[in-house]
Amino acid sequence: MTESVIGPDTRDAELERPLVDAALENTWATASGFWSALATVDHKIIGRRYILTAFAFLALGGVLAILMRLQLARPEARLIGPDRYNQIFTMHGANMMFLFAVPVMEAMAVYLVPLMVGTRNIAFPRLNAFSYWIYLAGGLLLWVSFVLDMGPDVGWFAYVPLSGPQYGAGKRADIWAQMITFTELSALAVAVEIVVTVFKQRAPGMTLDRIPLFVWSMLVTAFLVILAMPSIMVASTSLILDRLVGTHFFNPAEGGDVLLWQHLFWFFGHPEVYIIFLPAVGMVSTLIVTFARRPVFGYLALVMALIATGILSFGLWVHHMFVTGLPRLGESFFTASSMAIAIPAGVQIFCWIATLWDGKPVWKTPLLFVIGFIFTFVIGGLSGVMVASVPFDAQVHDTYFVVAHFHYVLIGGSVFPLIGGIYYWFPKITGRMMSEPVGHWVFGLIFIGFNLTFFPMHILGLQGMPRRIYTYQPDMPWHGLNLFVSASAAVLAAGFLLFFIDALRSARAGLPAGANPWDAPTLEWATSSPPPSFNFARIPVVYGAYPLWEQREALSVADGLRVDRRELVVTSLVAAEPEARESSPRNSIWPLWAAITTTVMLIWSIFSPWAVVWGSIPVAIALIGWFWPKRVPEDEA
Amino acid sequence: MIAAVKRLSFLPALLPLAGCGGWQSAMDVHGTSAISLKQLIILVVATCSVVWMLVMIALIRALTRSHASRLTPTVVDRGMARRMAIAVIVAVAATVMVITGFTVGSFFSTRALSAAGADDLTIKVSGLQWWWNVQYFGATPDQNFVTANEIHIPVGRTIRFQLEGDDVIHSFWVPSLAGKQDLIPGRPNELSVRAERAGMYRGQCAEFCGLQHAHMAFFVIAESQAEFDKWADAQRRPATQPTDAEAAAGQQIFLSKPCAACHAVRGTKATGTSAPDLTHVGSRKYIGAGLFETTRGSLAAWIADPQTLKPGNNMPLVPLSREELLSVSAYLASLK
Repeated sequence: MTESVIGPDTRDAELERPLVDAALENTWATASGFWSALATVDHKIIGRRYILTAFAFLALGGVLAILMRLQLARPEARLIGPDRYNQIFTMHGANMMFLFAVPVMEAMAVYLVPLMVGTRNIAFPRLNAFSYWIYLAGGLLLWVSFVLDMGPDVGWFAYVPLSGPQYGAGKRADIWAQMITFTELSALAVAVEIVVTVFKQRAPGMTLDRIPLFVWSMLVTAFLVILAMPSIMVASTSLILDRLVGTHFFNPAEGGDVLLWQHLFWFFGHPEVYIIFLPAVGMVSTLIVTFARRPVFGYLALVMALIATGILSFGLWVHHMFVTGLPRLGESFFTASSMAIAIPAGVQIFCWIATLWDGKPVWKTPLLFVIGFIFTFVIGGLSGVMVASVPFDAQVHDTYFVVAHFHYVLIGGSVFPLIGGIYYWFPKITGRMMSEPVGHWVFGLIFIGFNLTFFPMHILGLQGMPRRIYTYQPDMPWHGLNLFVSASAAVLAAGFLLFFIDALRSARAGLPAGANPWDAPTLEWATSSPPPSFNFARIPVVYGAYPLWEQREALSVADGLRVDRRELVVTSLVAAEPEARESSPRNSIWPLWAAITTTVMLIWSIFSPWAVVWGSIPVAIALIGWFWPKRVPEDEA
Repeated sequence: MIAAVKRLSFLPALLPLAGCGGWQSAMDVHGTSAISLKQLIILVVATCSVVWMLVMIALIRALTRSHASRLTPTVVDRGMARRMAIAVIVAVAATVMVITGFTVGSFFSTRALSAAGADDLTIKVSGLQWWWNVQYFGATPDQNFVTANEIHIPVGRTIRFQLEGDDVIHSFWVPSLAGKQDLIPGRPNELSVRAERAGMYRGQCAEFCGLQHAHMAFFVIAESQAEFDKWADAQRRPATQPTDAEAAAGQQIFLSKPCAACHAVRGTKATGTSAPDLTHVGSRKYIGAGLFETTRGSLAAWIADPQTLKPGNNMPLVPLSREELLSVSAYLASLK
């Protein structure tokens, strides 16, 4: 039917709406079948895979947490020996940070950002496919080695000299370091895609002050990734070199420096926390608007708070090193900067409360998670202010107080908004609603289980219980609280289990959602649920920050794009004025080949430096295939 | 030998019941700096609790006040927006004041902590996987002595701990006396500690250091200057020669087996330095870096099966017959 009407250079303006849809579907859809699935560059399919994979790693990391709680429930328990325990806590941290928290936030962005800015695909879609395969390979590397009893056992921070050639025997630390390479590679790729998507592919009219706050938060996050990740790549690569070819970056006996590792690691590691936290903040701002039914109070202040947090996050790393013996005056500077980050955090909290104050709360599950977020995150933020103080930190550093603090920030501050966000965007992604009554139970179990599990850890830390111990002696006064914490962890785990069950059940049998079940104001709700392969039949044009509230009858759209090839609109950076029609890459299997060859090279290089020589040849071949000229114009005015 | 292990294997299960007099809590404080840290902790936690409660009151009020329905969400009450802007600005200003107060307070309490005097007693502590080597310095080098995992200090005097990491990073932490300080290879650190009251305080490694990070404890025993001097005099002396036959036999076994390659017993041919100095091991309250109270039974159990009691530690299993094991434990217990 369509072929007869669609010729070269057919524009959407020339066609009736049903024909536009059919033609675009023909151009953009990913065919069914195994090879098509591997070759797809659709940001929604890749985003969905990313999200599912990240949640699978969350579940695995949760199992590790339960194992640790079983071991710590009783003093001198012999359930798990020190060797396995050290692998488990290292895996838990590395898995949750590198395989769950950062990727899941980027995954949400891969799915949502193109929809929220009103474009048809993410920038550099093949790089996007590549980043997913690399992430998956890095995750498998870590977990397969754990199953083979080769899992890293040096902590997710892998401090030298413990992880160095002299004390870190076997290949465990190398596997940790190379897993970093995988996940950083994929994170950097996604960060670049998001920056370009937000800068150049926003819908016409989406000026800087109309960008949805989740998109703003991902933009700031992407810059943090680009600026912070190179530091950890330098660190992990130097560690591999120390271990594999005998360089001495971190060997004090040969002029290296043990503390250099900590500076490099935390120069990445602290922004890392905000790489996880800022997207969650963006989700909170999004959810609050929809469920308070009011434009967010203090949009500009919130954007500035995001940017200020991003900048300040690079000036805090030394607060992880307060007891390493750095000069006291220098430490005080980092106390001040660590405290100062409470200001943008406070601005955000106050603006959200103000939005709720003047709004009309709609008591749905996502709002419950937002309220749970404010409750717990303020505790985590305040305990963050506590550990920012050098003398306070001298007592609680490396104790369970810190374990409590960062779980309040990471689970309360990031996972709560994320689960709320999943309840919110699930209908968009699957076309079906998650269960509202089950959602209330999920929230109740997770909220209560979380607080009962982690609050007592503050007390354990003050009672002198260090972190990362596989057991403790019966004469320490910790066993009562530890048993309580372990029992509470079961409640928390039950909440997550119920969440997974609800998600799986709703994906198949949830109520049909419709395009905009929450009466939400942003562009991702302007298309059907789930969205078609081309996202929008005609590119929306926006005149405010809340287009679906402002133009209730019909959204303004632009036309003039070709339907016979993948095209999207490129707009100017600040004013989002249309500049060009840009072609968007078709599906390709080359990113997969490039990821496979890169994976072979990186894993091989754990065992031999020659891998870099011989392994790079297939990588080069794959990249040549990927970048082979297509002899079609990339963009047209 | 296996029979001996079986016979003694019930011992470690009973030993912990004996209890422990040491404290290890930042809330149960007996050192000058730990006392002031506790005051700071209480002040900061109390202030933060008030802040948290104010935020929660605002949140609950925001959620529960009577709201007009919002059929057209984009319409905003400008007067309300203005009032909320003022409230947010006031709240941010209050935040700035609180954290400025914390920063200044933190700065001054840091300065107060690092004050050290001239007559300080210097003790050098090295962290090793997974025990603590403790060196005391006398007026002359022959007055120096070495011990392990148990540090005696006089009450009321400032002690300057010189902290060194000899293999990986460890962290020296006696929460009842002071905050922690890392022991970092290639970067010596110092920590000033002063005990206000006599007592036995437990410390534990606070930086992850490998397999037995969980069992790397030590004790600080604060006592009067006279008791301390008496203890130091005893520690300076070489080991006493065994008087009974069993202990004498034990000494012979100790010196002829691999034990002496790693351990030192001053006054004998045993001069190893890669493991704790055992010259006065019988006088120490605990063995195995806080693992068990020192008894003949616990010593025998430890020698018989160190890898089950502290898996992964660097003490190898030295095959001994039952009689040898009993003799060696008698010898070590006699090293008061």
